[in-house]
Amino acid sequence: MVDSSEVHPADVAVLACAEAFRGDGEIFASGMGTIPLLGSRLARATFEPDLLVSDGIAFFVDGELPLGSQNRQIEGWIPFRSVFDTLWGGRRHVIMGASQIDGSGNTNIANIGDWHRPKVQLLGMRGGPGNTINHAVSYWIPKQSQRVFVEAVDMVSGIGYDRAASLSPWVRQNHRIPRVVTNLAVLDFDNDDNRMQIQSVHPWSSVAEVVDATGFELVVPDEVPISRSPDTAELDALNRLDPKGVRHREVSV
Amino acid sequence: MTSPRDKTMTADAAVATLESGMTLGIGGWGSRRKPMSLVRALLRSDITDLTVVTYGGPDVGLLCAAGKIAKLLYGFVTLDSIPLEPHFRAARQGGTIPEVVEYDEGMLQWGLFAGSLRLPFLPTRAGLGSGVMEVNPDLKTIRSPYDDDEELLAVPGIRLDAAFVHMNRADSRGNAQYLGPDIYFDDLYLGACDPGHRFVSCEKVIPTAELGSEGSFHTLKINRSMVDGVIESPNGAHFTSCEPDYDRDEGFQTAYATAARDPEAWAGFVEKYLSGSEADYQEAVNGR
Repeated sequence: MVDSSEVHPADVAVLACAEAFRGDGEIFASGMGTIPLLGSRLARATFEPDLLVSDGIAFFVDGELPLGSQNRQIEGWIPFRSVFDTLWGGRRHVIMGASQIDGSGNTNIANIGDWHRPKVQLLGMRGGPGNTINHAVSYWIPKQSQRVFVEAVDMVSGIGYDRAASLSPWVRQNHRIPRVVTNLAVLDFDNDDNRMQIQSVHPWSSVAEVVDATGFELVVPDEVPISRSPDTAELDALNRLDPKGVRHREVSV
Repeated sequence: MTSPRDKTMTADAAVATLESGMTLGIGGWGSRRKPMSLVRALLRSDITDLTVVTYGGPDVGLLCAAGKIAKLLYGFVTLDSIPLEPHFRAARQGGTIPEVVEYDEGMLQWGLFAGSLRLPFLPTRAGLGSGVMEVNPDLKTIRSPYDDDEELLAVPGIRLDAAFVHMNRADSRGNAQYLGPDIYFDDLYLGACDPGHRFVSCEKVIPTAELGSEGSFHTLKINRSMVDGVIESPNGAHFTSCEPDYDRDEGFQTAYATAARDPEAWAGFVEKYLSGSEADYQEAVNGR
């Protein structure tokens, strides 16, 4: 193990995103933004070698593709229409961002305030509704706070467990939020009520800090472990995938 | 014996066939391979009150800024490398788009596909349970007639009065070719559009016999039965990307987005780039 005093927050965050894909096998591992993208590539480079990862344009790439590199080995073609086919077919797990998230995992990337005349127009629905109803969607939130972790989101662009529960048996079977990774903790919904709970806290954080940065009641298990830090092989892979250390600018503690 | 139809025309002639109040589909995706020269021709015209259907980019921003949109149906509006389109953002926050229909990205594909197949709707799960259902109260669901009895969202088919797409190559008869990595949904806009106003601009008009040597047959997804007018428009997607002919002009896009955030700067941008012909625009771009 690496001495925890040498661990960089971004490395723990990327590894926590990579862990979201553990056990996924041969599916499209997709990540929106630097940390999730590196997470998918780290998982593929280490413990999930059969994952498919894309260059973010229209191709699946083989081997290790460092951030910013154009030197890709194409193994498949994935234009947007095929992305939709793949995601409606369920062969995908994406880590998205969210401007707001609630205790059931409903998320908002669309707008702040009333949709009819938003206070702040954000990205819009994008693919959130289709993603969340068809396959596993995890989230990366770079700055956990009560502004983001809210009692109720202003617009549901990604459906949570309570809304999925009101839909068909098929939806209940296929809707899944494996984890939410933040700058403070890893959270999940693995309890009978599917309410957000703390899975682990990062080495520099604490349960009290995570609870304090959450605007709804969080389920806190009796024992909360510390998030895993990358081992030597994982750290080596991470440095190959992000040689310039772009990830370190993405995580504030 | 008569000759095959020659569909070549100018962008201004294409726009002159349109009428205010039409439903217009615009191809491309975000800030990628947008038919910008046709959009610029639209800005020069008196056409207004449009219903615009698109995976939006600067086309939507420019039409919002010019006040030409009565109704907007979109999956998103983005400049890709700049996540939020500033004119669109200002229009939404200022409430200046009279009617807005926001879909999930996949729903929009489904609407165009249903329209192109002349079906009233296509079923999907995308959108169910989400805010899409709350902000679009006209959307209806339908139960599977089979044993599963599942309730699905019926995305209504979208029919267009006019369609604009930009391709890399085309012949004068309307066979059109994309040479980049993605056709996006351009064939669906043309398919969902009634004959009469289906316009394809392209980087270069070439003889039919040369289409096969420009790219593999897989690149020939748009045939002439889907096209009414062909407009040769070099650099016509500028400042959006048009691979492999050119990448997005990021410097220009940044200048566009910066100007769009400030009314005074925007007036200067319009004066400099959007007050003359397409040739004037290209000359001003070259002179930067």
